[in-house]
Amino acid sequence: MSASPKTVLGWIGESVRRADGTPKTTGEFAYASDLQAAGMLWGHTLRAPHAHARVRGIDLSAALTMPGVHAVLTHEDVPGRKTYGLEFHDQPVLAIDRVRYFGEPVAVVAAEHPEQARRAAERIVVDYEPLPPIADPERATESEPLHPARETYETGHYLDDPRPNVVRSMRVVHGDPDARGDVVVEGTYEIGTQDQAFLGPESGLAVPDGEGGVDIYVATQWLHVDREQVAPCLALPEEQVRIHLAGVGGAFGGREDLSIQIHAALLALHTSRPVKMVYNRQESFTGHVHRHPARIHAQHHATRDGRLVCVKMQILLDGGAYASSSTAVTANATSFACGPYAVPNAHIETTCVFTNNPPCGAMRGFGAVQTCFAAEAQMDKLARALELDPIELRLLNALAPGDTLPTGQRIDGSLPVAEVIRRCAALPEPAPEELPRPAIRLPGGAGNTTRGEGVRRGTGFAVGFKNIAYSEGFDDSCAARVRLFADGSAEVHCAAAEVGQGVTNVILQVARTELETEDVRLAPGTTAAVGSAGSSSASRMTWMAAGAVRDACRAALAERESRGGGEVDVERVYRHRPTAPLDPETGQVGDLPAHVAFACAAMKVVAEVDVDLGLTRIVWIGTAQDVGKAINPQAVEGQIEGGTAQGIGLALMEEIQTRDGVITNASFTDYLIPTALDVPPIVSELVEDPEPDAPYGVKGVGEPPTVVSTAAVVAALRDATGRELSRVPVRPDDIVGLT
Amino acid sequence: MHGRVKISLTINGERREADVWEGESLLFALRERLGLPGSKNACEQGECGSCSVILDGELVCACLVLAAQADGHEVVTVEGPGFEHVQQAFVEAGAVQCGFCTPGLVVATAALLKQTPDPNEDEIREALSGNLCRCTGYAKIFDAVRLAAERA
Ligand code: FES
Ligand code: FES
Repeated sequence: MSASPKTVLGWIGESVRRADGTPKTTGEFAYASDLQAAGMLWGHTLRAPHAHARVRGIDLSAALTMPGVHAVLTHEDVPGRKTYGLEFHDQPVLAIDRVRYFGEPVAVVAAEHPEQARRAAERIVVDYEPLPPIADPERATESEPLHPARETYETGHYLDDPRPNVVRSMRVVHGDPDARGDVVVEGTYEIGTQDQAFLGPESGLAVPDGEGGVDIYVATQWLHVDREQVAPCLALPEEQVRIHLAGVGGAFGGREDLSIQIHAALLALHTSRPVKMVYNRQESFTGHVHRHPARIHAQHHATRDGRLVCVKMQILLDGGAYASSSTAVTANATSFACGPYAVPNAHIETTCVFTNNPPCGAMRGFGAVQTCFAAEAQMDKLARALELDPIELRLLNALAPGDTLPTGQRIDGSLPVAEVIRRCAALPEPAPEELPRPAIRLPGGAGNTTRGEGVRRGTGFAVGFKNIAYSEGFDDSCAARVRLFADGSAEVHCAAAEVGQGVTNVILQVARTELETEDVRLAPGTTAAVGSAGSSSASRMTWMAAGAVRDACRAALAERESRGGGEVDVERVYRHRPTAPLDPETGQVGDLPAHVAFACAAMKVVAEVDVDLGLTRIVWIGTAQDVGKAINPQAVEGQIEGGTAQGIGLALMEEIQTRDGVITNASFTDYLIPTALDVPPIVSELVEDPEPDAPYGVKGVGEPPTVVSTAAVVAALRDATGRELSRVPVRPDDIVGLT
Repeated sequence: MHGRVKISLTINGERREADVWEGESLLFALRERLGLPGSKNACEQGECGSCSVILDGELVCACLVLAAQADGHEVVTVEGPGFEHVQQAFVEAGAVQCGFCTPGLVVATAALLKQTPDPNEDEIREALSGNLCRCTGYAKIFDAVRLAAERA
């Protein structure tokens, strides 16, 4: 257990108690689902029961006469643009003439009681003509286009791929892609669809302002990008749409896309009453995007002494029905496909396709999770083929500053791959436990399924990396505003979304350090008081908010100084160094880098597997992570532990199951996430190698543990079972050899 | 709506009355009718423990109890008295991230410590296995439970 944090909120580098900790333990903290307003109605969404269907007509008459109902709206009631999306506006606010995924919103209802709204929605009669769904991503490029009206995306940065249903395809050709090594290993890997499964379902409250505008209180990851998408659909200027951060019950990428924002606002503006919407768990599974399922074929060539010669990979990502952030996930999967190794020659090809499966987008790890699983399995295969120690093989090939990535980008910042490997490898593993022992310490746990006869122990190791912040030329910025008052106190405004990761403390710690006072408040996040912070995603928010708050604090002090005292109010926008897109034909960088910076992690996992019953128990995990500079070490450990648990989930149990595109396990009864019995003790080493370009040397810390843990867990299961286990989540059938 | 019932119960030591629809859960009544939104709704199926409350001294999922069933009974929610040392320990141990699981875990921890004042690791894990947390990976939650046990 780490040292207890100080009671007063402190400076950079200290384990500081969460500013929102106490209200979150007492129940006072207001999550989006806790909001109330006088005269409030409840909204409910009618969702499509088909993965693919034409909508021939919608009859609202029965619903409109149901008790308590105030509004029933369809696409015809969307006053402005009928579609929205993070990068492309390809997703209808409410279905127009076709539904493309199971659970797509078709109509919304507002009523006095949530149950009345639900019942009224049941009375809406939608005339669907079911269409054959594209359920298999392998067949997508041979199927009828799901978005026939879609022109080529005219960014110029993307490979012009004429095949139907391609969201984005990408190619990285580096060195001599036909170079051959003395030893070749090959494998095909599959990653199932993971859900963010944040605990607080999508929720929010829209309140009409009486002057045609609306205030939306919502759990989101990026207030300003929500507004950019919401306002045009409501046909309102951005000033008339104010988006405020309501308490967020976890995010992990799943709140980057809109959920209730436009729907609740439409109902509120239509009824002139506040409207609250809260998804239940089942609806939440269809209410946000998921982690892309992937199929990856990899071929690794190495010299006899273990140096990588060439890596070839074909990556197929299923983007589901709408684009969301799939283009960026494609770029990440491609960029980090080889893992943190020096690879002189490579040929990586990635295709992300549209299907009628659940839409996929951002989830912690963002494309790098899938490829890390494949690349690390390949490294272990290579180690076996070469009869080398897998850790030695990784050290031999570890990327280091000065090395070049397959995209041609030179690592010019910090990336201590060898050090995280060494420090992780040095962590002592616990000794094997004797039998007999209590059932809870055996695979199968309290289920009491075994006395331990078939239990084998294995150790796995993996290394992974990914980028920090936005890439490929995205104008990535964060604003902060600092007000200094005559009494010496200060107020900071920053729209950075506190999604649980602890950015509130980062902001306060930076402001206290820069202003040299403890008397700092953070104002609530809203589009009405400060510029965009960008998203709480891509492991960017600590870096970006620290930069913006630092700059605003310094500017505020300078202004007070130059004025000789008094109150000041300054806003500053921070940007990291510019990036540029990769060449669409070769995937190589030009003059500017494609990614700003990188972070890596190594992980060692000890697992026990009952090889007769197919049950597993993760015994212990040790990890060393490149964190730049830990602003709040206790919170960094928390990110590592939580991120690791999500990777355990993908390795062992988490998968959205679909039949012809229809989700069949949309509940916590059927979609399992790790419980207190599934996550072992985790020892984390924080490797502090400051990032030269970043404020205080920080790096994002949220994603690397998720990138690496799935690969490391499955490596341990392979070691215990001797089986290939090329698909996650690993099922009991895979372990006992029934598949 | 049809089937309304009046219920009267003790919540956090106070006598309270509410006018509920017969299909409503205790969780809904607490959150939406009685001004006690501290208990959280994350699944409504008894799978996550976010809605944990104490009903007549027993730890229950408020989403699985009908409001009408609680008529005449005694309920303690996270807003109630007796949780301070657990709450404090959660904050200090860094066991709170998004915090959506926290109210349920606070109540479940208090229930555990009442029964088992000095729980070992296995007992903690087993007792809290009905409370899902998606953010923390549980390690700091276990720290919090040990800290609360030490201080009790
Ligand atoms: S909301 Fe009651 S157990 Fe999940
Ligand atoms: S802290 Fe977010 S679910 Fe536990």
